[in-house]
Amino acid sequence: MPVRLSMTVNGKPVSADVESRTLLVDFIRDTLRLTGTHIGCDTAQCGACTIHMNGAAVKCCNMLAVQAQGSTVLTIEGLAKADGTMHPMQAAFRDHHGLQCGYCTPGMVMSAIDLLKRHPHPSEEQIRAELDGNLCRCTGYHNIVKAVQAAAKA
Amino acid sequence: MHAFNYHKASSVADATAKLAASDDSRLLAGGQTLIAAMKMRLSAPADVIDLGGIAELRGIKVEGSSITIGAMTTHAAVASSKEVAKAIPALALLAASIGDPMVRNMGTIGGSVANNDPAADYPAALVGLGATVLTSKRKIAADQFFTGMYETALEPGEIITAVSFPVPKRAGYMKFKNPASRYAMVGVFVAEGTSGVRVAATGAGPSVFRIADMEKALGKSFSADAVRGIKVPAANLNTDIHATAEYRAHLVTVMAQRAVEQALGK
Repeated sequence: MPVRLSMTVNGKPVSADVESRTLLVDFIRDTLRLTGTHIGCDTAQCGACTIHMNGAAVKCCNMLAVQAQGSTVLTIEGLAKADGTMHPMQAAFRDHHGLQCGYCTPGMVMSAIDLLKRHPHPSEEQIRAELDGNLCRCTGYHNIVKAVQAAAKA
Repeated sequence: MHAFNYHKASSVADATAKLAASDDSRLLAGGQTLIAAMKMRLSAPADVIDLGGIAELRGIKVEGSSITIGAMTTHAAVASSKEVAKAIPALALLAASIGDPMVRNMGTIGGSVANNDPAADYPAALVGLGATVLTSKRKIAADQFFTGMYETALEPGEIITAVSFPVPKRAGYMKFKNPASRYAMVGVFVAEGTSGVRVAATGAGPSVFRIADMEKALGKSFSADAVRGIKVPAANLNTDIHATAEYRAHLVTVMAQRAVEQALGK
């Protein structure tokens, strides 16, 4: 039974008919073609699929698209300005080489932005604890933490 | 995931009617367990009834000597609530220790309590504090609510609307996290209230349970030393790839001591 789905994604209203079982991550990637949001583990552990829904970070591989009905969604593609200027968190990840293969990066950046909203001046320990839900299988955590620290000062 | 019919409930009464109209349905709260189970086809209901749009199920209210948390209140909302932090700081800390930040933004107290995962955190708080589960039909004391592994006293068609916690004199919760899932290998909630001391352990057995010997000892002397020598029998505890029953029994004593120390502000 298809469901009429409407939401705002990266500032633009979108709507589509979806199957009720469609996951939000599949709607974002396959229907909207916003493939910056990654599917890593597909079991809500790795955090590569992290997006913001109504301003809060969520793992969109572990929720139905219909749970985001009427909401405001922000993905990694919605961070940079129209002229290409990167979000301060993206710039910090680039400057501090907060990535190795880059697969976890969109989720890390989305989580890190959420983290700074809740803790504007986090300690290193706080950053590591708050990034609990994001796994980097290159184990490149050291520079990720440095990037978040730098973004907090930016 | 198998296909299902999606229904969005507009009120508790509407959800109750939708439940009654289906032979094979599941309620969707935050979905942090249900969606994962449906993806693995461990759960394949014909109808999914979404409680996400019911405003009356959200919110935290302080009323006299109790604090009532709506069933659809997220772990993040409980963890960051000034009212909860003031009245029952151990409950705010418990909520902040569930899963990770993204899970806490979706997962709800009602969903956790209804699911009664043997390693979930909230059952320890409900039993440890002597809370009351409010449903669409009645009030159920926490001691009678959790009946077994993934089993509760909820009847078909009954919906949790809120959980009411009496404010204790002091309380503490400590868990030994499974480092991968952050579920409790063992978690112990200790509270001293008007009706005495309660100690509840989660993660250790098939379902949350109280530890009468520890309650008695802490009633006489509320200190970590009072529970240091008290061991729970390993016979009925869980063994899995992460820990043996004997190790879990050991952890119960260690976590109980740390929970008492937290309650004492140490």
